[in-house]
Amino acid sequence: MFTGASQFALVGVVGAGGSVWAGAATAALLGSRNALYGLRLSSILESGWWRRLAASHFVIDETTAMAIARDSPADSRLAFWATGFSVFALWNLGTLIGALATHALPNPKDLGFDAAPPAAYLALLAPRLRAREPLAIALGAGVVALVLLPFVPAGVPLLIIAVLIGLIGLWGRSK
Amino acid sequence: MIWAGVLVASATCYAIKLAGLSLPRRLLEDPRVQRTVPLLPVALLAGLIATQTFSTGQHLVLDARATALGVAIVAVLLRAPFLVVVAAATVTAALLRLV
Repeated sequence: MFTGASQFALVGVVGAGGSVWAGAATAALLGSRNALYGLRLSSILESGWWRRLAASHFVIDETTAMAIARDSPADSRLAFWATGFSVFALWNLGTLIGALATHALPNPKDLGFDAAPPAAYLALLAPRLRAREPLAIALGAGVVALVLLPFVPAGVPLLIIAVLIGLIGLWGRSK
Repeated sequence: MIWAGVLVASATCYAIKLAGLSLPRRLLEDPRVQRTVPLLPVALLAGLIATQTFSTGQHLVLDARATALGVAIVAVLLRAPFLVVVAAATVTAALLRLV
């Protein structure tokens, strides 16, 4: 799995006591946006099935943003692959360091580390809130999650929210 | 069991990306798909923020994490970079628990 928000979410749901399957479903739903990035990238990237198999793994927010910001297809391809390789290497190096370093920490909560994930989600969310509709959706989802939380197993509020978004998207007002 | 979940989630996340590069454009250009899919990360990230800030297990709680989130919101509004937002929240929670 190489898509940051999904990775954070899977760990977050399991860490909060949710089932790994609720976490897996949340991770997949968060990764659904990567399919839409493919729509922008498929015309830029080379054809050929093995290149497509390799390129798929690198389809993330960062590579898409760097690729579509270039003027020529050749520059876009270079931006995609260069961003993909560097983010992939550094991201996984960081993950490894984190996995090794946490063994050395006595009590992560004393260091405020339990406040880090929400702040990370917020930093990922903020660029998506530049219009009124997403802001309203975000606030609504936060309220719904907290209302449901005492009554259903950990992780399930997020799945209910995803279903509600599906309903809003399918039957909501058309533009 | 946990690794089975991780593997299934990983395979699914990869398949979604491959589908994006392979599916007919018509399917992904459907207005309902275009409207719904971008809203999913918005709602799920907001749900994650709410549950991981204001709960412990299945109980709603208000503790140092709420203040930390407030600090993170200010940092985001000031357009602070990712690591600064996370560090600001972490340091806030740590300091509040110290006093």
